[in-house]
Amino acid sequence: MSDALLQLSGVHTHIGHYHILQGVDLVVPRGELTMLLGRNGAGKTTTLRTILGMWRASAGHIAFDGQEIAARATPEIARAGVAYVPENMGIFSGLTVRENILVAARAGAPEARRLQWVLGLFPALEKFWNLSAGALSGGQKQMLAIARAMIEPRKLLLIDEPTKGLAPAIIGNMIEAFRELKRTETTILLVEQNFRFASALGDHVAVMDDGRIVHAGAMAALAKDRDLQQRLLGLSLDSHQ
Amino acid sequence: MAIVQRSDTTGRPAWRLPRLAGDRLPLLLVPALVLLALPLIGAFPAWITLTLAGLAMGMMIFIMASGLTLVFGLMDVLNFGHGAFISIGAFLATLVLLPLAAWMQADNIWMNLAAIALAIVVAMAGTGALGLVFERVIVRPVYGQHLKQILVTMGGLIIAEQMIHVLWGPQQIALPLPTGIRGAIVVGEVALERYRLFAVGVGLVVLIGMLLVLNRTRLGLLIRAGVENSEMVQALGYDIRRLFVLVFVAGSALAGLGGVMWGLYREVLVAGMGMEVMVLVFIVIIIGGLGSVWGCFIGALMVALLANYTGFLMPKVALGSNILLMVLILLWRPQGLYGGAKR
Ligand SMILES: Nc1ncnc2c1ncn2[C@@H]1O[C@H](COP(=O)(O)OP(=O)(O)OP(=O)(O)O)[C@@H](O)[C@H]1O
Ligand SMILES: [Mg+2]
Repeated sequence: MSDALLQLSGVHTHIGHYHILQGVDLVVPRGELTMLLGRNGAGKTTTLRTILGMWRASAGHIAFDGQEIAARATPEIARAGVAYVPENMGIFSGLTVRENILVAARAGAPEARRLQWVLGLFPALEKFWNLSAGALSGGQKQMLAIARAMIEPRKLLLIDEPTKGLAPAIIGNMIEAFRELKRTETTILLVEQNFRFASALGDHVAVMDDGRIVHAGAMAALAKDRDLQQRLLGLSLDSHQ
Repeated sequence: MAIVQRSDTTGRPAWRLPRLAGDRLPLLLVPALVLLALPLIGAFPAWITLTLAGLAMGMMIFIMASGLTLVFGLMDVLNFGHGAFISIGAFLATLVLLPLAAWMQADNIWMNLAAIALAIVVAMAGTGALGLVFERVIVRPVYGQHLKQILVTMGGLIIAEQMIHVLWGPQQIALPLPTGIRGAIVVGEVALERYRLFAVGVGLVVLIGMLLVLNRTRLGLLIRAGVENSEMVQALGYDIRRLFVLVFVAGSALAGLGGVMWGLYREVLVAGMGMEVMVLVFIVIIIGGLGSVWGCFIGALMVALLANYTGFLMPKVALGSNILLMVLILLWRPQGLYGGAKR
C-alpha cells in the first residue's frame, strides 16, 4: 500500500486495567472508503478513539498523512484534518442546529457553497436551522453529526455506526449522502454493523475481533463470499440483510 | 485564536437574545417569590425595601458566582479557592479608594463613580492575573481529580488569606461608601438605598455582558459547547484547556469585581469575607445548575430575596431557608434549574 492516508501498526490500547486493542494493523487508503466491521465489543470504537488521541495508544505507531500522531493531543490531531462522528453523535443539544454547524467551522463561518451542498444532502437540517438540536429526532441528529463533520473539507472522516437506530428508509438516504460525499474523494473510515449498508458503500473492509484486525481486503470480495462472511462476522449477519 | 468575532455570514436569522433554550419556567420563580412575599410582609414600603435589598445582594452573589459556574461546567473543576479572589478584589480596591479619599468624599457623583470604576479596574486586573497563576500552579496539576482539587484549592484559599494578613495587616479595614451613593432616595414612604440601586445596575451590566459574550461571539459558542460536551469540542479541534484558562481568568476577575461590590456594601473588609459568602455562592450554583449563567442568575436572586424576606419575617431560620430552597429545587429538578445542558 503505497498511498495510505492512515496506517496503524501494532497499536495497543489499555483502558484502565483492560487491554483492549492488542496489536491493531490497519491501512486506510487515501480517497476511499474503508469499512471497519466486527461484533459488539470487538474494539471498533476504541480504534477510532485511539486514532483521535482520545485514548492514548500504549504501544505501536499511527501514521497520518506521513506524520506520527500517536502521541499527539486530540485537538492537534483534529486540526491536522481529522473529523469524527462518535457513536453517540456528540450533538450539542443546547445549541441550535446552526450553532452546531458553526462550531465545527474552524474558519469562523462555513463557506457558503459548501454549506449549500451539505444542506442539500440533509434538507431536514435547513428546515430546523434555528431549532435547538436537542429537539431533533434520532435520525436528524445523526444527519447533523455527519453534516458537522463535513462542513469543511477534512482529509479523514472517522464515523462510528451512522445507521444505529435508523429506519430502513433513512438508511437509504444515508447511503445516497455518503455516495455524494465519496465523489469528493474524502478518505473515510466507517464503523458499521449493518452489512447491507457496508457492502453498498465500502471500497475496502477490515474486520476486527478481540482487539485485532482479523481480515482486510476489498469490500466487493467479502460481499461475494458468503462463507467468509459467515466465518468472520458470524450468524448474526443474516439478521442484518 | 481568532475566535472573538461575529460570524453571521450564513445570511440566516440573527442570534436572539436572551436565548433561553426554550425553557422559561424557572424565570417565573423570582416574580412569584416577590409577589408571595407581599401579603406575608404586609407593609408595602417594607416589602419594597426588602425586595431591593434582596435584588442588590442577589446581583452581588451572581457576579461572584457566575464565573465559578462556568469553571465547574467546563472542566468539572471544584474550585474552593474562588473565595480568595473575592477578598483579594476587595483589598485591591483599597489601594485605589483610600488614596482617592478626596474623590470619594467629593460632592460630585462623577468623581465618586470614577474612583469606584478605577478601583474595579485595578481589582479585576489583579484578580484576573492571580487567577492565571492560580490556574497554572494550583488547579492544572489536579485536573480530573476531585478530592485533590478540593484539598489543593482550599490550601490556595488559606495561603491567599494569610497573604492578605501579611500585606494589609490583621486588622479590619474600613471602606466607606462615597458621598454620592450613600443614603437613600425617599419616594413617599419608600426608602430606596442608593448603593443597592447601584449594585443592581452593575449586576445587570454583568449579566448582559455575559449573555452577549456567550450568545453572540465565537468564544461564547465554544464555551457553551464545552460546558455541554468538552470531549467533542476537542474532537472538533479546539484546545479546551486554553478555553478553560480564559474562563478561569474571567471568573477570577468577576470574583474580584464582586469583592469590590461586596466590600463597599459591608464598608468593612476582613480577609475571610470571601469565604463567608462562598456558602451562598455554592448554593446558588447548585440551584442554577452547573455551567448555566441564567440558572446562576435566577438562583442568586432567589437565594438573596429569600434571605432578606425570612430575615425580616423569621430571623432564626434565615440560612436554613436557603438550604430548604436548594432541597426543594433539587427535588423538582435534580440537576438544578438549568442543569440539563451538562451531560
Ligand atoms: N471506558 C471503558 N472502560 C472500560 N472498558 C471499555 C471502555 N470502553 C470500551 N471498553 C471495552 O473495550 C472493548 C471494546 O469496546 P468498543 O466500544 O471499542 O467495541 P465496539 O467494537 O465499538 O463495540 P460495539 O459494536 O458494541 O460498539 C469492550 O469489551 C468494552 O467493554
Ligand atoms: Mg462501538
